[in-house]
Amino acid sequence: MAFDRDSNLYTMVFSTVMVVIVGGMLAFVSLSLNPAQKANIANEKMQNILQAIGIPETDGVLRDNSGKIFNDFVKRRITINYKGEILSDKKVEEAIDPKDELDAFNIDLRKEYSKIIKPLINKFKGDADGFKKALNESSEIHFPIFVCENKGKTYYVLSASGKGLWDDIWGYVGLNADLTTINGVVFDHKGETPGLGSKITEKKFQSEFVGKKIADATQFMSVQVLKPGKELTEYQVDGISGATFTGVGVNEMLKRNLEVYYNFFKSNPEFSVNQVKEEAIIATTANDSTSLSKNDSIK
Amino acid sequence: MSEEKKESLFSKENKKLLTVYLNKTNPVTVQVLGICSALAVTVQMNNALVMAIALLAVTALGNVVISAMRNYIPNRIRIIVQLVVAAFLVICVDQILKAYVYDVSKQLSVFVGLIITNCIVMGRLEAFALANKPWPSFLDGVGNGLGYGFVLFVVAFIKEVLGSGTLTFPVIGKLTIIPHSVFEAGYLNNGLMLLPPSSLIIVAIFIWIQRTKTPELIEK
Repeated sequence: MAFDRDSNLYTMVFSTVMVVIVGGMLAFVSLSLNPAQKANIANEKMQNILQAIGIPETDGVLRDNSGKIFNDFVKRRITINYKGEILSDKKVEEAIDPKDELDAFNIDLRKEYSKIIKPLINKFKGDADGFKKALNESSEIHFPIFVCENKGKTYYVLSASGKGLWDDIWGYVGLNADLTTINGVVFDHKGETPGLGSKITEKKFQSEFVGKKIADATQFMSVQVLKPGKELTEYQVDGISGATFTGVGVNEMLKRNLEVYYNFFKSNPEFSVNQVKEEAIIATTANDSTSLSKNDSIK
Repeated sequence: MSEEKKESLFSKENKKLLTVYLNKTNPVTVQVLGICSALAVTVQMNNALVMAIALLAVTALGNVVISAMRNYIPNRIRIIVQLVVAAFLVICVDQILKAYVYDVSKQLSVFVGLIITNCIVMGRLEAFALANKPWPSFLDGVGNGLGYGFVLFVVAFIKEVLGSGTLTFPVIGKLTIIPHSVFEAGYLNNGLMLLPPSSLIIVAIFIWIQRTKTPELIEK
């Protein structure tokens, strides 16, 4: 053989050439497949948002169709920050520009969670006020709202992101026009235990949320996943056996995110009109059950 | 050397490379390699099929590439070279899955990436491709992929029928195997079949049956 395969020089030249060639080919593969991958991810997000509305028209919509019908239902995309200031407000006529980072559709909550919120949670363990103050000061936390319309009714799809037992979980919550009653939810996860925590993606668990409320007449309650088999109030849903910690993660995620939306809707006159009007009716019908659940939340 | 060159593409020796891994030297049930993915991706036929194709592509192409380079690879870094080739192919497969079969790629999640560390791939590169010509190496890779896929199909078939009552194939979609009337009569899906441990049991039974049928495999 012409080369001395054991010499240092040959080894170094060989590895350098190999790495450059492989790196170049990988870059080419990645670049050429990137558009198709991005379209898949965007379509999946649209699919999730459409399903979270909780109406029969978008129930079970396929990923490939989601892109086509997204604009038929989602009429407005709003981005707010933790303080409740509107950062971006786009009508359906304005197409989603992938470069517009503030467009509600382009907000990557999972990324914001792992980059900003998770470190803050660790830093302010047990210090709820400090945590809220830090969130208030951060300019990099966003909360997207998708205002959807179907047959004259308005729905609001909100997003949330958090951590389950093993890894990220995230989801979309669809509220009725009263801004308190849940009409549909979609959850997804990265690495929850198959057959246990991963069941949060199943219809059976998600349909438990429909009709539950996130607030009573005066204050925010959030929705809580309990251990299975307990008696439920209208702010609680049945959990999954063997997936207690995924449930805890879902609770934390919903509480932290929905509270921001609730405060926003309450302080913004455009939305709070709806909220108060409907709340008056709820307050009269659901008086006794709210006092019950308040006791529950104390213990 | 010259005799080898005359060897036809599908000589007895070469054909043996394709079939021997289905039974006597099956990578999963006899060599017990690549077990972890075999346990995890067998809940649906669909996943098992895509995973088997992915692994087959990686072993076959990896074998060819390494075999073609075998006279130029510096001995001291040969494992790293194999790793780079395997990793490159796996990343390509992963990217292609993400672009064209997104749902399956989500379900396979980390296991596509873990093909890199799948002992079958590295084992074949080191044991076969480094010492053989590209064509036999290619057949060896395909044979191993088929052997792995065969076990995956059997396990996935049993798991999906008993665990979900369906069979899912790419393109065709979900087929209901156990009819609704059976469920109404009180039949329940076996939840264990959806979890990885059930594959362990099925693979063990598979090995048991295989050994009773193949006397050469029985240790004295």
